[in-house]
Amino acid sequence: MTNPVTQVGARTLDVLRSFGHAAYFFADLIKAIPASLRRFGLVITQIHAIGNLSLLIILASGMAVGFVLALQMYYALVTYGATESLGLIVNLSLVRELGPVVTALLFAGRAGTSLTAEIGLMKAGEQIAAMEMMAVDTKSRVLAPRFIGGMVSMPLLAGLFSAVGILGAYVVAVLLLSVDSGNFWSIMQSRVDVWRDVGNGIVKSFVFGVICTAVALYQGYETEATPEGVAYATTRTVVISSLSVLAMDFVLTALMFSTA
Amino acid sequence: MSKKGIETLVGLFVLLGLAGFVFLSLKAANLASFGARESYVVTARFDNIGGLKARSPVRSAGVNVGRVTSISLDPKTFQGLVVMELDKGVLFPKDSSAKILTSGLLGDQYIGIEPGADEKNLAAGDTIKQTQSAVVLENLIGQFLFNKAAEGSNNSAGGAAPAASASGTKK
Amino acid sequence: MKSDSLIEIDRVTFGYDARRKILSDLSLRFGRGKVTSILGGSGCGKTTLLRLIGGSNIPDSGEVRFDGEKVDGRDREKMFRMRRRMGMLFQFGALFTDLTVFENVAFPLREHTELSEAMIRDIVLMKLNAVGLRGAAKLRISEVTGGMARRIALARAMALDPELIMYDEPFAGLDPISMGVAANLIRTLNDVTGATSLVISHDVPECMAISDYVVLLAPGGRIVAQGVPADLMNSSDAEVRQFVKGEPDGPVKFHYPAPTLAEDFDLKGVAP
Repeated sequence: MTNPVTQVGARTLDVLRSFGHAAYFFADLIKAIPASLRRFGLVITQIHAIGNLSLLIILASGMAVGFVLALQMYYALVTYGATESLGLIVNLSLVRELGPVVTALLFAGRAGTSLTAEIGLMKAGEQIAAMEMMAVDTKSRVLAPRFIGGMVSMPLLAGLFSAVGILGAYVVAVLLLSVDSGNFWSIMQSRVDVWRDVGNGIVKSFVFGVICTAVALYQGYETEATPEGVAYATTRTVVISSLSVLAMDFVLTALMFSTA
Repeated sequence: MSKKGIETLVGLFVLLGLAGFVFLSLKAANLASFGARESYVVTARFDNIGGLKARSPVRSAGVNVGRVTSISLDPKTFQGLVVMELDKGVLFPKDSSAKILTSGLLGDQYIGIEPGADEKNLAAGDTIKQTQSAVVLENLIGQFLFNKAAEGSNNSAGGAAPAASASGTKK
Repeated sequence: MKSDSLIEIDRVTFGYDARRKILSDLSLRFGRGKVTSILGGSGCGKTTLLRLIGGSNIPDSGEVRFDGEKVDGRDREKMFRMRRRMGMLFQFGALFTDLTVFENVAFPLREHTELSEAMIRDIVLMKLNAVGLRGAAKLRISEVTGGMARRIALARAMALDPELIMYDEPFAGLDPISMGVAANLIRTLNDVTGATSLVISHDVPECMAISDYVVLLAPGGRIVAQGVPADLMNSSDAEVRQFVKGEPDGPVKFHYPAPTLAEDFDLKGVAP
């Protein structure tokens, strides 16, 4: 009869062990990057699978978010007669926060689950074992190209999300809500700083890309080789990626945007 | 899908993404106003810099002519030492003054330069001698109350003074 | 000086977790150039044996030797060299679903050699020809049948002309014709290339037909019998006979251990 203390202790050790296991996995992944860069064709294929195929949902969401932001901010600003700042507020919201974070959440859902399922099914079908038996390092042939693909795609997608969002907000603000077009851009241009706002946004989206891709690959690689196992793994990819992104967002925002 | 096809699409995607960044930087932020414009460094000391920050703009007649690069406390004079960069093409007389102004009612603060009349111009490394500090709200309120009190005592010499009740402060 | 055993299993003990040992103190030798079959019911460690030979798992105690050298799963360099001399056929083929048939067979060549495209094409088509599927080179993996998949996997395993070929349940789930084709291929390829073949199976007739040597394992990795096929077919040992003849009940019981009938069905006054 194991007493509760032993059980808690055992569970804690398990959690620590799985963290360590994940850390080893991540280190192996990083180590495999140079080898996979030499097989650049593989990386290109993955950028296509991860980035290009996410374009539709990212662009559509970006535009939708831009529309809604413009509307909502307008209703809030009109009370203070400050609707000329609409462009500025939409821009900052997107470039600093919504662009990186929402893109990361969508990315985790679309590309993350697809990666997890793909790797999980490869494992279930013994393709990973077959490759290892043929003396091919699966980490550099299969995992690292996907990792690089994710790292490259995320910032690009986040940038596009913000850009399309701003354009969408422009359409709503100027064409629908009669905000002055000139002011929309000029106030934005005078107050948005390239390095502090856009630059930090890019850094954030890069970090989120690393997190989401690494989590997705890990979950797929470690999954049980059954249908339920793969389903469970894809769920965990989304949950863990999303929570980690939101947590990191808080940390990064605090670091980057503390009033200098 | 053929290999060539995929490569083309990926290339398009990367270009599109970079175009997005370029758009964000140029159209939606202040990169355009950076440029490769050369600048020269000038300093000024203020009793109070208020809400002035690094990267705050420097304007003259409302036009952007430079940027604040750093703010620190001068250990000898205990004044705020502001270092700013001015565009090389814009020259100010040596006796120009620098004021800390607010754009709009609640906006950001910036440095406004009013040109003087000297024949010689400010050169790199010079210091602007005439400065006016930022308006501090507490001082302003104190001044307002003081003025009101002075007004009240003037009026009370002439009889019934609604101003006395208007002040509502202790004497 | 080469011993005539390509593989030596030397007192190997192994379990996936500490509580259950799949193999206990097992010792076996597999002769060069021969087709050896390892027979046994499910769970007696046949697939585990292949994984130990291939270095995917490391024995808890004892040693596995390939051509005199210890198989050490932890030494990546050494495993890299060793695995290039081995070919493995997985149970359902384990083909790479995102590549075509041609690309699957070309995979080891592309990864391990610097051969020109022309040479790779020739070799791939030759290997596919050996298994009778040269015409299927352009197909996608989703378009091939189970039997074809096995043969393609065999062509892929043969691509680098390995010294050792391991077959994990090559006959499982095949129709009689495909089974005959597979058995024929295993034997012919072994003789023609001079390789050593290791066949894991529970298909008695096919294995007996093509093997030079047979080992019968029981759960726990215990060797029930080993020898040339004729020895096992004519054995008087009850365990061997039950397996070889396929009898439903014998030393290996039909019923999974259970409480008596009286207890389970709440019968009274009935003999259990």
